[in-house]
Formats: sequence, C-alpha cells, structure tokens
Amino acid sequence: MSIGADIPRLDGAAKLLGTAAFVDDERIAGVLHGVTIRSPVARGRIRAIRFDPSIDWSQFTIVDHRDLPGPNQLRLIDVDMPVLAATEVRYKHEPIALIAHRSPRAVREALHAVHVDVDPLPPVFDPRTPLTPELIQYGADNVFKRIDIRKGDPAAVFASAAYVIEGEYVTGAQEHVYLETNGMLAFHADNRLVVRGSMQCPYYVLDALTHAFARPRDAFRVVQTPVGGGFGGKEDFPSLLAVHAALLAEKAGRPVKFVYDRQEDMAVTPKRHPARIRHRTAADRDGRLLAMEVSVLMDGGAYVTLSPVVLSRGTIHAAGPYRCEHIHIHGETRLTNSTPYGAFRGFGAPQTLFAIERHMDVIADRLGLDPAELRRRNLLKPGDTLATGQVFRDDTDLVALLDNALMHADYTKKKSEHAGFNAQHGYMRRGIGFACFQHGSGFTGAGETYLASEVWVEGLPDGRVEVQTAQTDMGQGTTTILAQIAADRLGVSTDAVCVAQPDTSRVPNSGPTVASRTAMVVGRLVEQACDDLAAQLGAFAAQGTASPGERIRDWHARRPGTTLRGRARYVKPDTIQWDEKHYRGDAYAGFAWAVHVAEVEVDLRTFATRVTDYVALQEIGRVVNPTLARGQVQGGVAQGIGWALYEKVALEDGAMKNAQMTNYIIPGCADLPPIRVFFDEQPSPYGPRGAKGIGELPIDGPAPAVINAVCRATRAVVREIPMTPEDLMELHSRQHGRH
Amino acid sequence: MRVLTPHCLSEALDLLAGDATLTPVAGGTDLLVSWPHRPKDNLSLLDLSRLHAELAPMRMTDGHLELGALTTYWDVITYAPIAGEFPLLIDAARQVGAIQIQTRGTWAGNVANASPAADGVPVMIAYDAEVVLGSRRGRRTVPLCDYYTGYKQTRRAADELILAIRLPRQRRDVHWFHKVGARQAQAITKVGVAVVHGEAGWRVVANSVAPFVCRCRNMEAALESGLHPTGPEELRAIVVRDISPIDDLRSTADYRLNVLARLLYFAPFMPGPANA
Repeated sequence: MSIGADIPRLDGAAKLLGTAAFVDDERIAGVLHGVTIRSPVARGRIRAIRFDPSIDWSQFTIVDHRDLPGPNQLRLIDVDMPVLAATEVRYKHEPIALIAHRSPRAVREALHAVHVDVDPLPPVFDPRTPLTPELIQYGADNVFKRIDIRKGDPAAVFASAAYVIEGEYVTGAQEHVYLETNGMLAFHADNRLVVRGSMQCPYYVLDALTHAFARPRDAFRVVQTPVGGGFGGKEDFPSLLAVHAALLAEKAGRPVKFVYDRQEDMAVTPKRHPARIRHRTAADRDGRLLAMEVSVLMDGGAYVTLSPVVLSRGTIHAAGPYRCEHIHIHGETRLTNSTPYGAFRGFGAPQTLFAIERHMDVIADRLGLDPAELRRRNLLKPGDTLATGQVFRDDTDLVALLDNALMHADYTKKKSEHAGFNAQHGYMRRGIGFACFQHGSGFTGAGETYLASEVWVEGLPDGRVEVQTAQTDMGQGTTTILAQIAADRLGVSTDAVCVAQPDTSRVPNSGPTVASRTAMVVGRLVEQACDDLAAQLGAFAAQGTASPGERIRDWHARRPGTTLRGRARYVKPDTIQWDEKHYRGDAYAGFAWAVHVAEVEVDLRTFATRVTDYVALQEIGRVVNPTLARGQVQGGVAQGIGWALYEKVALEDGAMKNAQMTNYIIPGCADLPPIRVFFDEQPSPYGPRGAKGIGELPIDGPAPAVINAVCRATRAVVREIPMTPEDLMELHSRQHGRH
Repeated sequence: MRVLTPHCLSEALDLLAGDATLTPVAGGTDLLVSWPHRPKDNLSLLDLSRLHAELAPMRMTDGHLELGALTTYWDVITYAPIAGEFPLLIDAARQVGAIQIQTRGTWAGNVANASPAADGVPVMIAYDAEVVLGSRRGRRTVPLCDYYTGYKQTRRAADELILAIRLPRQRRDVHWFHKVGARQAQAITKVGVAVVHGEAGWRVVANSVAPFVCRCRNMEAALESGLHPTGPEELRAIVVRDISPIDDLRSTADYRLNVLARLLYFAPFMPGPANA
C-alpha cells in the first residue's frame, strides 16, 4: 500500500547532501561558455551588428540566424518566433546572435564590444492600444487567439434581472524565481547532438531541435538534469536555449554551456500573462446567478509561445465553480512588444479565478449577503453544468467543502472579533476572506488525445522495475509518486522501483510535465503499463508464492538478453467528449476543488498587509503522498500570496526593469502565515487509485482569498493585483479623502 | 584590481596618505553586491581585516559608547550593556539583511558607504553619534548628523579612515525606531525613522527619504514646542519641510512622506488623539 504513504522523496538525499549535479555542476572538458547578444529596443529593424575591432574575434565562436541548418523558427504551438532575430526585433532583449569562448569572463566582457544598430519601429505596450496599420505584427489585428464559450442566452436575461453587477479586475505579470536559473549544455557524442539541461519538457526541446536543424529525431538526445524549480518557467523557454546551445556547439565542434545569471534570467525569460477581466452578472433577489458575461483580455507579449492554451484554460475557468445557465465568455490574447509571456503555474486560471472570486464578494456586498451565503446558493451540485456544458458528476459536496474550510478557519467567530477590534484600534485593521475554485487536471479539451502519451515499465534482470516516462522532477516529487504508483500496482515495496532519468534516447514520450497532469494522467498510464508487465509475467496469483521480483528475475533467467517491458498509451475514455470548434463538452477529465480562507492584518500606518492565518482545504481525489501534497499546497499558497501582495514586475520598454531579487520582492518565511492544509478525498475514475492533479490548484485561490480579506479589513475595493502598500495607500486616499 | 593589506593602523594611514584612490573594505557587504558586474580594473582596495586589534574593540566609558571601526552589527546585538542604554542599536542591527550580513557588516562601513537607506545610521544620529576620523595629519571628530554633504558624499577626506563611532551616554526616556521594508526581513528600507528624547531634547532621524540620512529638525522643533497633532496631515505638513523623497523602483515619494507622517502620528510618544 504505497499510495497514501509518506514515502520520503527519492531525490531528497542527493539534494540534501549536495551530490545532485545540476547542469552548471556538470564538468566537461573543453567546454565553451555561451552568451547572447540581444536587442536594445522593443521593436525595430536590425541595420548592423558591429564587432569592436579591439577584440580578437577569431578566438570566439559566433552564431547568427545564417547558421541555422533549418528554418529560423522556434517550434512551439506556432512557428512565428525566430531562433535568432534576422531582420526585425519585436521585444527588448530579443536574441540576435550568440558568442562563445573558453573563458566565462572573456565572453561576458566581449558582450560589451558588440553593438547592435536598430532603426526603431513603433511598439505596442498595452493590448488595448487602438491599432493603426504600422502597429500590426501578427495576422490582421495582432490577436493571437480568440475564444468564445456560450451557454444559454445571457442577453435575454439581463433585461429582466433584479440586479446587474459589473466589475473589472486586473492581474499583473509574475516571475517564477525558481532557485536554479535556466541552463543548458550541448555537445556531440555518438554521432548525435546531446543536449542536457534544466527543463520540464524534454520532448518539446527535441521537437524544437529537429525543426530548427531540419534533422530527424535520432540526430539528437535530450536529457533532463536535476531541475531546481520550474513552475512553468521551464516549459517553453528551454526549447529556445537548447537550440542556442546546440547551434554554438555545432559551429564550434565543442561542448557549449549556457547558464543565465539571475539578472538575465529575470529580464529575458517569460512571465505570467497580465490579464484584464470584465464581469457583468445578472442575479435575482435571492442572490442566484442568472447570467454572466465575462471578457478576458491577456497580454501575450511579442510572440505566440503558449498564449492560445493559456487563454483557453483561463476562459474555461472564468465562471468559477458556480451554477449559471446563461453564460458568454469571450477571451482574447493580443500581441504586445513585451517579452513573450509564457507558462506559469495555473496557466491562465489564477487570473480569471481572481476576477470571479473578487467579483462574487462585490456581488455579495451589493446584495447585502454574507459572501459565504452567496456562494452556498450558487455552488455547483451534481447534475449542474459548467460553462462549456460539462456535467458536474463528482461526488464532491462543494457546499460542505466551503463550510468545512470556514469551520477550520473559525470564520464566523473571527468576523465578529474583527468588527470589535477594528472599531477600537487606531491603525490596525483585521479581516477574513476566502475563495472557492477549481482546477482542471491534464491538458485542456482534446489535448491529451493529441499527445497520446506513452509510458513504459521495465522489469530489470535484478528483479526491480524501472518506470520510464518523460516526466521531470523539478522538486515537486514526480519521481517519488510515480514510484509509489508502480509499487502499489505491482504489490512491491517502493525500494524495488526506480524511475528513469528523462532521456529521449531511452524513455517514451509521456508528454510534458505541466498542466497538473502527471499524477492523474501519467500516473494512470503507469498503472496500465504495470498491468501490461504483470500480464507478460503471467498472473501472479496463479504461480504460487513467488514475489513479483522473483518472477521478474526468473523471466530474465529464461530469456537472457531480452527486454521485459510493460507498455501503455493514452486512450481517451468514451465518457469524455470535447468539441474544439465550439468549446463545448468535457474540458477536463477531472477537476480538483478547493476553498482557501485567509485572515489578514493591515497596518494603516504603512498600508502593509500581513496574512496572519491561512486554511487551504482541497479535494484532489486520492492523495498519493501526503507530505509532498502538503508541500505543493504550501508552496503554491506562498507563491500566490507573493503574486497578490509583493511581486510587481516593473516594465520598461516592455521588459522587466527590476530584474534583481533586491527589487522584485518575493515573500520570505517571516511574511507568511501558518498554512494549514486539509484534504478531502473523493476518488476520481481517471487517476491512479482515484488521484487527481494538484500542482497548480494551490495558486488559484490565495490572491482572491487574501484580497477579499483586505477588502473586509479596510473597506477598500481592490480590483488589481499585485496590491503593494503603495497601491493600497493610493486606493485608501481616493476612497477616504486625504490621509 | 589591487588589494593592499596593512598589518597595523599606522601602515594603513600611510597607504591612504599615498593613494587617494584606495577604498577601505571591512565586512565587504556593500562592495560585494553585484560583484560579477562591477568593473574591477581600476579598483584598489584597502583590506582592514588585519587591524582587528586596533579597530574592533567596543567599549563603554564613563561618557561614551565607542564602537571601533570593525565593530559588526552582531557584536552590538550580543553586547549586553548596550540593551539598556542604546536599545535602538540592537533594533536596527537585527533588521539589517540576514544573520550572515549582520555578522560581517560593520557600523563604520554603513556610515562610510553613505547610502540614504543605511539602517544603522538613523539610530546612531538619534543618539548624537560622532565619527572619529584619523589620518597621517591627525585625528578629528565630525558629528554624524553633519557627516553627509550630498548623495554618497561625506566629509571624509581621501586620506582619512573612520577609526570609531562615539555615542554620548545620557539619560533618555524615549527610544523608538521603525523600519518599513517591502517585506519583514532581507529588505532595503523604503522609509525608516528613529526618534529619541533625552537631556539633549528630541531627535527625529529618517532614512530613505532624502539624498542622505537626515535629521528632521522641523519635526524636532515641533515636538520641543509641545505639538499636539489632531491628525497625520498635520505632521505631514511639518515633516515635508525636512525631507525630499523620490519615486524609485522601491517606492514612491508620496508613500515615503505619508508613511513617515503616519508612523510619527501613531507613535507611542506622540501626544494627541491617536494615543488618547
């Protein structure tokens, strides 16, 4: 019974002892150090790249767009982004050329001796900017993606509704601040270009290499080195860095390593999409939601990257976990000349869930209802449908989930205590707020069907089994839970299971490590591959008392030199139907559900907000490893509090200006409350032993829960995050007159 | 880059007399920020680490607390006699960086670096600290409140070294310090203020609100004259004449001014309705 057990992280000892070798720890003879020559402006035409003659450039390897063997395109969803800008640049710091040298210091100093002359073109920095022809850079109107989700006939309802409540909510960019910055190593070995580095998706990297080099897959080998945090920041970007390293290694005929320092990593890599969300809601006198119109506008940055799917997840989550028969959600992601925005934990959902959960509190105030009562009247019940028409079939009782979370937080008592405290204290204000939300596990819509993920489980000659997937462990515990799932299914101890290092030369493509899909989707495939392995061994029960390990050893003894491999490939369950064209149907095989409650204290001397208590209750199906699951929740809450109150990306010419940890503030331990984590377990039919996804859910709720609490404490109406003390002071002075 | 390591104070002063480009380095906690990006070709450092016997001692004499130039924040935090008479030194020291910085960073270095955000300086000015400077030409003392002449500009001549900081012992009945950073620890000050009342009267000293850490003399005068504010705006109108805050990456001028006024208004020593 290893599922549900607190198995210590399999990678824990190596990381504690410092023996885990991150890409920058890899020692390789004759390695060159690569750096990037970047655009000095947000948009323009490249006139010249000038190399200062004071430097002997013959000592350097130099690569530009002419060195690409294949098309100058980075293959992601689209191919609009060049690997190295050739004639035009679309964002500040866009890569134009690469140089490498034996000495990391010499190559860094040489950067100052390269000058890029660019004739500026007019940039767009705000996706709301009215378009004139010279600003158009993508399609007919700079729109990367449009999505409409329609249910019922909202327009007809608004005319007769007792209440119509409107609101606009704005969320900012966010930097991942993984501990390990981006790094990549490329070299030739065994007639292949080998790329090793920090990444979430080895097969995405492989696809990008095959495309840009116009070579078959077996010309490359992509290996994930231990990853010091990803949070989505290593989903799309490593493809670009891998092609850069490979181009230099190819031209130099020597190994090349790129390791960004913190400043470069913050300044040039993707961030969370900033979003602006408008709600218009019709409600009856009892507070029942009759109709919703939601419009979601995301800033995509300079190239498409993953924006269409971020928008997709964002719009699907935009109506929250509520019953409403008439909905129209319209979403757009538009180009700006900012650093391309990319994947970040939550992938569009934190933005739209912030909006709906703030808006629900605004509606409650308008109707004179307690925000908890408003939610109780509207939370989904079995048989209700979500915005896409997906039927809510879970056994989860969302009202009970809400009431349990409020009970753990002592909500009712705290509310009355705060009223007394706030009436007598000179400058401290206390409040309690919460958010109800969901997160879909796995790729959206038909995504998992297209991925057709494959997983292998191999019986080794020594009797152990090896789980072979492309799933990467970036600190979240993938390796450990996949071992637990296999051990559980095969009836062996987790010590008898090892998990292969993701390496495209020896693991199958089980899809990327993103989208809260590993536990549920890949975990289920691990179970199926175990079943296939067991079938090849023959039914265990029929062969007396021999253990699975003995049986595997016995199998090998009889067939020396052969491979014993159980396989599984994703097949869409018949119960899941999705219409991509109309955005109708089952958007996700399963949703995880949660209610988070935050208590805050606001100091009206400094307008600083401190979160003083936090309850996170979630229904994530079967919990595979309680300690790891709790860690995911606590980390997500910390990151969500950061997004709500501290982390402000200051942009200058569309690029991050405060690209240092002294000026981009993430909360530290002293800023965080006790984060009290509770699980409700309702097994899902689609995950291993009923597990669902958990990676992203915890960052969806903290921002609205905390900001709702701030609004209760101060009576300010906050519509925008991050909400720094400076922002709250401004709002306070606008709403209450001069300080 | 050049590093000179004298073995006694006299040698250090000789070196300084002979080379106006030398930068003294003690804890290195300011110098090493952005070290990889800092141009080093013309950097000449005077390493003070061998002068510990002459520059580190910290002592309480009849008249003064004297902090030798190599006294660290941690030395002060762990020196029991300070807690009673100069508690703000400990308050401030505990809010500098993290423990690693507190054990390396020195009070004299904080003075010498001349950052407007220096956390050690407001409390020392509030205690009427003097800077003892030494050179081949002799010794002199400069009141810390007059030490700065502009942004990163000080009265120290190129051949002078800070030898010690002296804080007079007095009867004092108000000691109050508040640092506002963007988070609880490991944060650079957005606005900070130290207030002391004693035999010498009121001292109100603010950091991160002007090109250098400064006394708020109009606020001090208002307190001397028995001010009785009815709201923070009243203090804002006074303190606005003492400071010149700016908008930067860390905060806004408006925030700095307002918060300084509000901190003072709600402070426990302030007469008025806030503490009624």
